[in-house]
Amino acid sequence: MSSLAMVLALAAVENRNLPKVTTGDRILGSSKLWLWVTCILGATFLGFQSYEFTSFVHEGLSIRTNLFGSSFFTLTGFHGAHVTAGVIWLGTLLAIDYRRGLGPADAINVDIAALYWHFVDVVWIAIFTLIYLIR
Amino acid sequence: MAHNDSAPKGGHDAHGTPTAEGGAHAAAHGAHAHPTWKQYKWVALILTVITGVEVWVYYVPSFVASKLFVPFLLIMSAVKFAIVVLFYMHLKYDARLFRALFTGPLIIAVVTIISLLFLFGHLAVRLGS
Repeated sequence: MSSLAMVLALAAVENRNLPKVTTGDRILGSSKLWLWVTCILGATFLGFQSYEFTSFVHEGLSIRTNLFGSSFFTLTGFHGAHVTAGVIWLGTLLAIDYRRGLGPADAINVDIAALYWHFVDVVWIAIFTLIYLIR
Repeated sequence: MAHNDSAPKGGHDAHGTPTAEGGAHAAAHGAHAHPTWKQYKWVALILTVITGVEVWVYYVPSFVASKLFVPFLLIMSAVKFAIVVLFYMHLKYDARLFRALFTGPLIIAVVTIISLLFLFGHLAVRLGS
Protein backbone atom coordinates (compact mmCIF):
# COMPACT_ATOMS: atom_id res chain seq x y z
CA MET A 1 0.00 0.00 0.00
CA SER A 2 2.86 2.38 0.74
CA SER A 3 4.16 1.79 -2.77
CA LEU A 4 0.79 2.86 -4.18
CA ALA A 5 0.92 6.02 -2.04
CA MET A 6 4.46 6.65 -3.29
CA VAL A 7 3.55 6.44 -6.97
CA LEU A 8 0.58 8.71 -6.31
CA ALA A 9 2.94 11.22 -4.63
CA LEU A 10 5.21 11.10 -7.65
CA ALA A 11 2.27 11.53 -10.02
CA ALA A 12 1.05 14.51 -7.99
CA VAL A 13 4.47 16.17 -8.24
CA GLU A 14 4.66 15.53 -11.98
CA ASN A 15 1.17 16.95 -12.53
CA ARG A 16 1.53 19.84 -10.06
CA ASN A 17 0.78 22.54 -12.63
CA LEU A 18 -2.28 20.87 -14.10
CA PRO A 19 -5.66 22.35 -13.08
CA LYS A 20 -7.51 20.48 -10.33
CA VAL A 21 -11.18 20.50 -11.29
CA THR A 22 -12.83 17.97 -9.03
CA THR A 23 -12.35 16.94 -5.40
CA GLY A 24 -10.81 13.72 -6.69
CA ASP A 25 -8.30 15.76 -8.67
CA ARG A 26 -7.36 17.73 -5.57
CA ILE A 27 -6.92 14.56 -3.49
CA LEU A 28 -4.94 12.73 -6.15
CA GLY A 29 -2.96 15.89 -6.90
CA SER A 30 -1.81 16.48 -3.32
CA SER A 31 1.82 15.41 -3.08
CA LYS A 32 1.87 16.35 0.61
CA LEU A 33 -1.02 13.99 1.34
CA TRP A 34 0.55 11.02 -0.43
CA LEU A 35 4.01 11.67 1.00
CA TRP A 36 2.42 11.78 4.46
CA VAL A 37 0.54 8.54 3.80
CA THR A 38 3.75 6.84 2.64
CA CYS A 39 5.69 8.09 5.69
CA ILE A 40 2.95 7.01 8.09
CA LEU A 41 2.71 3.54 6.54
CA GLY A 42 6.50 3.20 6.73
CA ALA A 43 6.53 4.36 10.35
CA THR A 44 3.68 1.95 11.15
CA PHE A 45 5.71 -0.90 9.67
CA LEU A 46 8.67 0.10 11.86
CA GLY A 47 6.41 0.22 14.92
CA PHE A 48 5.17 -3.32 14.29
CA GLN A 49 8.73 -4.48 13.69
CA SER A 50 9.89 -2.96 16.96
CA TYR A 51 7.04 -4.72 18.76
CA GLU A 52 7.91 -7.99 17.02
CA PHE A 53 11.62 -7.72 17.90
CA THR A 54 10.81 -6.90 21.51
CA SER A 55 8.37 -9.79 21.79
CA PHE A 56 10.84 -12.26 20.31
CA VAL A 57 13.60 -11.16 22.68
CA HIS A 58 11.24 -11.51 25.63
CA GLU A 59 10.33 -14.99 24.36
CA GLY A 60 14.02 -15.90 24.35
CA LEU A 61 14.88 -15.51 20.65
CA SER A 62 17.72 -13.07 20.04
CA ILE A 63 20.32 -12.64 17.30
CA ARG A 64 22.68 -14.93 19.26
CA THR A 65 20.20 -17.69 20.15
CA ASN A 66 20.53 -19.90 17.06
CA LEU A 67 20.90 -19.85 13.27
CA PHE A 68 17.28 -18.82 12.74
CA GLY A 69 17.64 -15.93 15.21
CA SER A 70 20.79 -14.70 13.49
CA SER A 71 19.19 -14.94 10.04
CA PHE A 72 15.90 -13.43 11.13
CA PHE A 73 17.27 -10.42 13.00
CA THR A 74 19.95 -9.72 10.38
CA LEU A 75 17.58 -9.87 7.40
CA THR A 76 14.63 -8.06 8.92
CA GLY A 77 16.89 -5.68 10.87
CA PHE A 78 18.72 -4.52 7.75
CA HIS A 79 15.41 -4.18 5.97
CA GLY A 80 14.05 -2.11 8.84
CA ALA A 81 17.14 0.10 8.71
CA HIS A 82 16.47 0.73 5.02
CA VAL A 83 12.82 1.53 5.74
CA THR A 84 14.00 3.99 8.41
CA ALA A 85 16.31 5.66 5.88
CA GLY A 86 13.39 5.79 3.42
CA VAL A 87 11.07 7.42 5.95
CA ILE A 88 13.74 10.04 6.71
CA TRP A 89 14.26 10.61 2.97
CA LEU A 90 10.53 11.06 2.43
CA GLY A 91 10.47 13.39 5.45
CA THR A 92 13.02 15.64 3.76
CA LEU A 93 10.88 15.68 0.61
CA LEU A 94 7.87 16.63 2.73
CA ALA A 95 9.86 19.46 4.31
CA ILE A 96 10.82 20.75 0.86
CA ASP A 97 7.21 20.43 -0.27
CA TYR A 98 6.01 22.55 2.68
CA ARG A 99 8.85 25.06 2.22
CA ARG A 100 8.56 25.83 -1.48
CA GLY A 101 6.41 23.14 -3.07
CA LEU A 102 7.53 20.22 -5.22
CA GLY A 103 6.90 20.69 -8.93
CA PRO A 104 7.66 18.93 -12.22
CA ALA A 105 11.26 20.17 -12.03
CA ASP A 106 11.68 18.12 -8.82
CA ALA A 107 10.04 15.01 -10.27
CA ILE A 108 13.37 13.31 -10.99
CA ASN A 109 14.38 13.65 -7.31
CA VAL A 110 11.03 12.31 -6.11
CA ASP A 111 11.28 9.50 -8.68
CA ILE A 112 14.68 8.44 -7.29
CA ALA A 113 13.23 8.39 -3.76
CA ALA A 114 10.27 6.40 -5.10
CA LEU A 115 12.59 3.87 -6.77
CA TYR A 116 14.40 3.44 -3.46
CA TRP A 117 11.08 2.93 -1.66
CA HIS A 118 9.92 0.33 -4.19
CA PHE A 119 13.29 -1.42 -3.93
CA VAL A 120 12.74 -1.74 -0.19
CA ASP A 121 9.24 -3.03 -1.01
CA VAL A 122 10.44 -5.78 -3.37
CA VAL A 123 13.03 -6.87 -0.81
CA TRP A 124 10.20 -7.21 1.71
CA ILE A 125 8.24 -9.34 -0.79
CA ALA A 126 11.10 -11.84 -0.73
CA ILE A 127 11.66 -11.62 3.04
CA PHE A 128 7.96 -12.05 3.82
CA THR A 129 7.76 -15.24 1.78
CA LEU A 130 11.09 -16.76 2.82
CA ILE A 131 11.03 -15.87 6.53
CA TYR A 132 7.37 -15.68 7.49
CA LEU A 133 5.47 -18.05 5.18
CA ILE A 134 7.75 -20.92 4.16
CA ARG A 135 8.24 -23.47 6.91
CA MET B 1 -6.43 18.10 -17.24
CA ALA B 2 -8.38 16.17 -14.70
CA HIS B 3 -6.78 13.11 -13.20
CA ASN B 4 -8.79 10.61 -15.16
CA ASP B 5 -8.02 6.93 -15.29
CA SER B 6 -7.04 6.79 -18.90
CA ALA B 7 -4.58 9.65 -19.09
CA PRO B 8 -0.96 8.53 -19.32
CA LYS B 9 1.43 10.49 -17.15
CA GLY B 10 4.99 11.59 -17.50
CA GLY B 11 4.56 14.31 -20.07
CA HIS B 12 2.06 12.81 -22.48
CA ASP B 13 -1.51 13.77 -23.22
CA ALA B 14 -4.41 11.37 -23.52
CA HIS B 15 -3.25 10.36 -27.00
CA GLY B 16 0.28 9.66 -25.91
CA THR B 17 1.60 12.87 -27.44
CA PRO B 18 4.21 14.59 -25.27
CA THR B 19 3.06 17.87 -23.73
CA ALA B 20 5.32 20.94 -23.52
CA GLU B 21 5.66 20.89 -19.74
CA GLY B 22 5.87 17.16 -19.45
CA GLY B 23 8.26 16.99 -22.34
CA ALA B 24 10.93 18.74 -20.29
CA HIS B 25 10.31 16.37 -17.43
CA ALA B 26 10.32 13.37 -19.72
CA ALA B 27 13.65 14.54 -21.10
CA ALA B 28 14.98 14.83 -17.55
CA HIS B 29 13.78 11.30 -16.91
CA GLY B 30 15.46 9.86 -19.95
CA ALA B 31 12.27 10.09 -22.00
CA HIS B 32 10.16 7.36 -20.42
CA ALA B 33 6.46 7.25 -19.73
CA HIS B 34 4.71 6.04 -16.60
CA PRO B 35 1.73 3.74 -16.04
CA THR B 36 -1.73 5.25 -15.86
CA TRP B 37 -3.88 5.79 -12.77
CA LYS B 38 -5.96 2.80 -13.79
CA GLN B 39 -2.89 0.59 -13.96
CA TYR B 40 -1.68 1.79 -10.55
CA LYS B 41 -5.01 0.87 -9.01
CA TRP B 42 -5.11 -2.54 -10.68
CA VAL B 43 -1.53 -3.27 -9.65
CA ALA B 44 -2.37 -2.44 -6.02
CA LEU B 45 -5.45 -4.65 -6.17
CA ILE B 46 -3.58 -7.58 -7.72
CA LEU B 47 -0.75 -7.30 -5.16
CA THR B 48 -3.29 -7.26 -2.33
CA VAL B 49 -5.13 -10.30 -3.68
CA ILE B 50 -1.90 -12.28 -4.16
CA THR B 51 -0.75 -11.43 -0.62
CA GLY B 52 -4.17 -12.45 0.72
CA VAL B 53 -3.96 -15.79 -1.10
CA GLU B 54 -0.41 -16.37 0.21
CA VAL B 55 -1.52 -15.80 3.80
CA TRP B 56 -4.69 -17.86 3.28
CA VAL B 57 -2.84 -20.95 1.99
CA TYR B 58 -0.54 -20.68 5.01
CA TYR B 59 -3.54 -21.66 7.14
CA VAL B 60 -4.57 -24.65 4.98
CA PRO B 61 -2.77 -27.63 6.62
CA SER B 62 -3.28 -30.02 3.71
CA PHE B 63 -1.73 -27.53 1.27
CA VAL B 64 1.13 -26.70 3.63
CA ALA B 65 1.91 -30.41 3.87
CA SER B 66 1.89 -30.87 0.09
CA LYS B 67 4.91 -30.49 -2.21
CA LEU B 68 3.19 -27.59 -3.96
CA PHE B 69 3.33 -25.26 -0.96
CA VAL B 70 6.89 -23.90 -1.28
CA PRO B 71 6.93 -23.66 -5.10
CA PHE B 72 3.54 -21.93 -5.01
CA LEU B 73 4.77 -19.31 -2.54
CA LEU B 74 8.00 -18.77 -4.46
CA ILE B 75 6.11 -18.29 -7.73
CA MET B 76 3.62 -15.88 -6.12
CA SER B 77 6.53 -13.97 -4.62
CA ALA B 78 8.25 -13.77 -8.02
CA VAL B 79 5.02 -12.55 -9.64
CA LYS B 80 4.64 -9.80 -7.03
CA PHE B 81 8.30 -8.84 -7.48
CA ALA B 82 7.87 -8.60 -11.25
CA ILE B 83 4.67 -6.56 -11.01
CA VAL B 84 6.21 -4.00 -8.64
CA VAL B 85 9.36 -3.70 -10.73
CA LEU B 86 7.54 -3.46 -14.06
CA PHE B 87 4.83 -0.98 -13.05
CA TYR B 88 5.70 0.85 -9.81
CA MET B 89 9.39 1.04 -10.71
CA HIS B 90 8.25 1.65 -14.30
CA LEU B 91 10.86 -0.70 -15.78
CA LYS B 92 8.31 -1.73 -18.41
CA TYR B 93 8.30 1.84 -19.69
CA ASP B 94 12.03 2.52 -19.38
CA ALA B 95 14.64 2.61 -22.11
CA ARG B 96 15.99 -0.73 -23.32
CA LEU B 97 19.38 0.05 -21.75
CA PHE B 98 17.86 0.48 -18.28
CA ARG B 99 15.86 -2.73 -18.68
CA ALA B 100 19.04 -4.58 -19.62
CA LEU B 101 20.98 -3.01 -16.73
CA PHE B 102 18.34 -4.29 -14.30
CA THR B 103 17.49 -7.70 -15.70
CA GLY B 104 21.05 -8.72 -16.66
CA PRO B 105 22.55 -8.58 -13.13
CA LEU B 106 19.27 -9.92 -11.71
CA ILE B 107 19.56 -13.05 -13.89
CA ILE B 108 23.22 -13.47 -12.87
CA ALA B 109 22.27 -13.13 -9.18
CA VAL B 110 19.40 -15.61 -9.44
CA VAL B 111 21.53 -18.17 -11.29
CA THR B 112 24.30 -17.71 -8.69
CA ILE B 113 21.93 -18.21 -5.77
CA ILE B 114 20.32 -21.29 -7.34
CA SER B 115 23.76 -22.73 -8.09
CA LEU B 116 24.86 -22.14 -4.48
CA LEU B 117 21.67 -23.76 -3.23
CA PHE B 118 22.39 -26.87 -5.29
CA LEU B 119 26.06 -26.82 -4.28
CA PHE B 120 25.43 -26.50 -0.56
CA GLY B 121 22.42 -28.81 -0.74
CA HIS B 122 24.66 -31.45 -2.30
CA LEU B 123 27.33 -30.83 0.34
CA ALA B 124 24.74 -31.05 3.12
CA VAL B 125 23.54 -34.39 1.80
CA ARG B 126 27.12 -35.70 1.61
CA LEU B 127 28.01 -34.40 5.08
CA GLY B 128 24.82 -35.82 6.53
CA SER B 129 25.32 -39.29 5.09
